[in-house]
Amino acid sequence: MSHEHASNVGRIWKVFGILSAVTILEVFLGIFKPEALHMNSLMGMNLLNWIFYLLTIYKAYYIVWAFMHMEGEKSSLRNAVVFPLIFLILYILFIFLTEGDYIYEVFKNSTIKWNF
Amino acid sequence: MEATVTTANSEEKTWGGGNEPMGASYGKLMMWFFIVSDALTFSGFLAAYGFSRFKFIETWPLADEVFTHFPFLHGVSAPMYYVALMTFILIFSSVTMVLAVDAGHQMKKDKVVLYMFLTIIGGFIFVGSQAWEWKNFIKGEYGAIETKGGSLLQFVDKDGKRVALADFAVTLPEEREQLKRNKAKWFMEEGELPSYSVAEVQAGFKAHPDLLIRTEIVNANKQKTILSRKESETRLSQAHYVVEGANLIRNEYGSKLFADFFFFITGFHGFHVFSGVIINIIIFFNVLLGTYDKRKSYEMVEKVGLYWHFVDLVWVFVFTVFYLV
Repeated sequence: MSHEHASNVGRIWKVFGILSAVTILEVFLGIFKPEALHMNSLMGMNLLNWIFYLLTIYKAYYIVWAFMHMEGEKSSLRNAVVFPLIFLILYILFIFLTEGDYIYEVFKNSTIKWNF
Repeated sequence: MEATVTTANSEEKTWGGGNEPMGASYGKLMMWFFIVSDALTFSGFLAAYGFSRFKFIETWPLADEVFTHFPFLHGVSAPMYYVALMTFILIFSSVTMVLAVDAGHQMKKDKVVLYMFLTIIGGFIFVGSQAWEWKNFIKGEYGAIETKGGSLLQFVDKDGKRVALADFAVTLPEEREQLKRNKAKWFMEEGELPSYSVAEVQAGFKAHPDLLIRTEIVNANKQKTILSRKESETRLSQAHYVVEGANLIRNEYGSKLFADFFFFITGFHGFHVFSGVIINIIIFFNVLLGTYDKRKSYEMVEKVGLYWHFVDLVWVFVFTVFYLV
């Protein structure tokens, strides 16, 4: 209620432009899969996937900050929403993916056989 | 009215018992907290998807071979275009939503009505598109064979192009009738039978010496491995079941978990979109009736807007995880 009531239609369309451009770029990369990116990996993930995840987070930032108007909220609210999410999501990804990879190794290298 | 929009005392110290901690009204704050918990739910699902994918990293289906349909383009392989279109529709409906919120700040009722209407239409188009995507996914295109060990075999020609079961399977003079309740005891029944039996596929494979089998294994070139004719024959002799399309038990695309997660996560997201549309419709009628005009605050539009943007946000991640990576 305490926000000023100036219209920011211009910014909305600008953000729409950014989100569209990023989506087009993602689809373009997803269809053509440039070999230099697809076949080289950094820390266990290929460069193409790194780009996809970074662009996704970039889009997420604009949706939350511009569309959900997080930029206009108090920093206490911003932090209360964003930091628990970042911490918990990184944590769950870390334990789940490590465990998934471990099980893959077990199927691959031990006497338990999956594919026969 | 005091319960839905808090206006008094908002100048007090935030943690001093003022009624707008963090500078946001009760309703908005609760919407944010709901969004946090819902975001964690979706992260849990996507992390579980990642877990299963890492577990079967060598045999996971390649997304751009699965989602290749586009409306009115039959037989054309159009990976990603359709889902990109869906993403645009959702992003655009997010834009109209935020325009509605913006118009609400300026108390322009007619504009709020127009933009909310467009948002609702966008939501319906998205849900409809997802239904179409599901239809194609469930129906399948080529069909495959499941071996006794549970791995999946697909058929390709010499050039590595996929071949549908219907293109080579023969028709044998054998009849296998579907077991139904009215033909047996009340608890005895089975699902719909595939169009071809294992023997018909095997005979068809023998009659077409050009055909080869493609396994689920992803090789160093990030393509599925194609076996030699001899290996193909050996693998096919272990055939156990003909798979057509997808369901929660097996699917013709590869790992069984792939379809399960696809149905569950896109379904859960689709359910969010659907409930978002319903909530938007309710608020839309409230706007039409002038409820928020009388209340002198369109904050309710802002709150449903938050939910709607969140649905868009989730889709951005689902899009990346299921279709791009």
